Amino acid sequence: MRKFLLFAALMGVLVPVGWAHADSASAISGKMEDLPSGEAIYRHICQSCHMADGQGAVGAGAQIPALAHNPRLQVASYPATVILKGYGAMPWFAGLLNDKQIADVVDYIRTHFGNTYTDKLNPSEVALMRPHLTAEEQ
Amino acid sequence: MASSSHARSQTRRQLLSRIGMVAGSAALYQAMTSMGHAMGTDFSGPPKLSGAKKGTSVLVLGAGLAGMLSAYELRKAGYIVKIIEFQSRSGGRNISLRGGDTVTELGGATQKVGFAPGNYINPGPWRIPYHHQGLLHYCRAFGVQLEPFIELNHNSWLHSTGSFGGKAIRYRELAADFNGFTAELLAKAVNQHKLDDLVSPDEVAHLKDAMRGWGALTPELAYIKGNISSLRRGFEKAQGGGLNGAPVPSELMNRNEIWKSGLWNWMAFHERLDMQTTMFQPVGGMDNIGKAFTKQIRDLLQLNCKVTAIHQDNAGVTVTYNDMQHGGAVRQAKADYCVCTIPLSILSQLDVQVSDGMKAAIGAVPYASSVKLGLEFKRRFWEEDDQIYGGISFTDQPISQVSYPSHGIFSKGPAVLLGGYMFGPAAYDFAGMTPQERLEEGIKQGLAFHPQYRKEFLNGVSFAWSRVPWTLGCCSMWSEEARKTHYKTLCSIDQRIVLAGEHASYVGCWQEGAILSALDAVTRLHQRALGAA
Repeated sequence: MRKFLLFAALMGVLVPVGWAHADSASAISGKMEDLPSGEAIYRHICQSCHMADGQGAVGAGAQIPALAHNPRLQVASYPATVILKGYGAMPWFAGLLNDKQIADVVDYIRTHFGNTYTDKLNPSEVALMRPHLTAEEQ
Repeated sequence: MASSSHARSQTRRQLLSRIGMVAGSAALYQAMTSMGHAMGTDFSGPPKLSGAKKGTSVLVLGAGLAGMLSAYELRKAGYIVKIIEFQSRSGGRNISLRGGDTVTELGGATQKVGFAPGNYINPGPWRIPYHHQGLLHYCRAFGVQLEPFIELNHNSWLHSTGSFGGKAIRYRELAADFNGFTAELLAKAVNQHKLDDLVSPDEVAHLKDAMRGWGALTPELAYIKGNISSLRRGFEKAQGGGLNGAPVPSELMNRNEIWKSGLWNWMAFHERLDMQTTMFQPVGGMDNIGKAFTKQIRDLLQLNCKVTAIHQDNAGVTVTYNDMQHGGAVRQAKADYCVCTIPLSILSQLDVQVSDGMKAAIGAVPYASSVKLGLEFKRRFWEEDDQIYGGISFTDQPISQVSYPSHGIFSKGPAVLLGGYMFGPAAYDFAGMTPQERLEEGIKQGLAFHPQYRKEFLNGVSFAWSRVPWTLGCCSMWSEEARKTHYKTLCSIDQRIVLAGEHASYVGCWQEGAILSALDAVTRLHQRALGAA
């Protein structure tokens, strides 16, 4: 019932992703912030769940994984795949973020929160990992 | 972008898929239609389950609407039923916040709601379409008082930062001009024989008539400044009485800017089947539904149980949980069958003994992020200053919308409005802020069309669903691929366990989805328990 709507031509200059939900306010969500860097992407998207300090959180018998000191970040393609395809409760971001943005945010989390993996992810590698995922029509 | 589509074609395709779903029980549907009893969703009345084998037990996990309804119907059928629930309250996402309530979210932020007595905000579901007949049936059966929810308000604001100089316009102005200019273009095109290939000569006259009437055109088929258009969009100087009562018509907006603004999206929004009038809300807060359901099953309910494992074998189901009222003591509950309504966002992380296919299905559905802001103001300035009574103003800023209370209209004293309702990117952004930052942003953005905000603001609360410990999101978000691969498995009975909730429906993110899913699950579970399926 959800869908990324493409209102690019209509809604102006910022990334005009609409995300429709059944009992949602609008078939169009508000404009997305400009996200020019890995840090901006982390602040405006990731920290909504993984928290500002990357520590994640523990809920009802379930958790939001910590990114801080996380050995699974060792290989850049792992976080890139999770971001592109989603994982469990985590939504996929293939529709929201472009290849460069995904590379940016992967580089950011792999070099912050106590992680020190300095090799960079190339956006062209992200392009090869892109899944075919379509939000349901709303 | 994962995909793109046009708002209008989506609505149509959604309709078609609905029709497709109904076609499964075509005979029944046709019969009901001819009797004038056709229902909106495929609810066809409560199940009439009876004759459970004596002593058969069912454990229900989760006391939201799906869990409580499952328990209610299964007990009626003769089962021994018990519900265990994580929270210290029942109702699940059916929730209202009032003065004195506390909201603690993941990350640790705690908010104390400061609303005046009688005021509330519904952070989850907040409106019920007239065709959600399953939910409405149980509201009536359980004595929930409903009142109209005002969805469409012609006097509400539409605001686009990049259009009309950033100035908000009234819904009626946009609707009148959009319809008027569209009708004029079509009528002119026909008149000038530009559509001769598409429109037959005998259709032309009717089409021109229709455009004139629909679009408020002059007899010459023009949409222009004058009384005809102002009777739709409003006058510059309103109609009055006496000597100086003559109205002054208002200027039309720039046609090109109307298309470009995208504001028409919010006209289309109210045309969706889900949003059409009449909509309802429970009197006094959405959680009055949860409370009424609770009354029916209170004796079956055990709160504060954190489920950690769900196991099953030929003999039955064993659920392991921490009894949070007793220091998290590990306990087990056993039953012959289990109806599990735990959100998939949580369930996918628990130790659940089901088939590989079911496990994959449980892990295949992410949960959407959503944030709501409830703002309390000293007075109803939207009514007193702007003549906005209920309904929704829309903006292209991240807050997306401001919705005014449908209840208590004309009353004095503080009132609460919905100061923002974000999904998608804007929801991620707001959820990542502190509660104080969310309110400040909400006020700042609302000022674009409510200059009274600062002066009249009293207090507010934000609810970020991705930080809710018991859902980690607001509702299921199926991809087309996951639906195709996993939906039927998710809904199937896995030995002794069946799942229910909005996630196991095609009415996702609506309470009706929880109701219909629960009814379907318990009906099939009953057949299974009787050895019939």
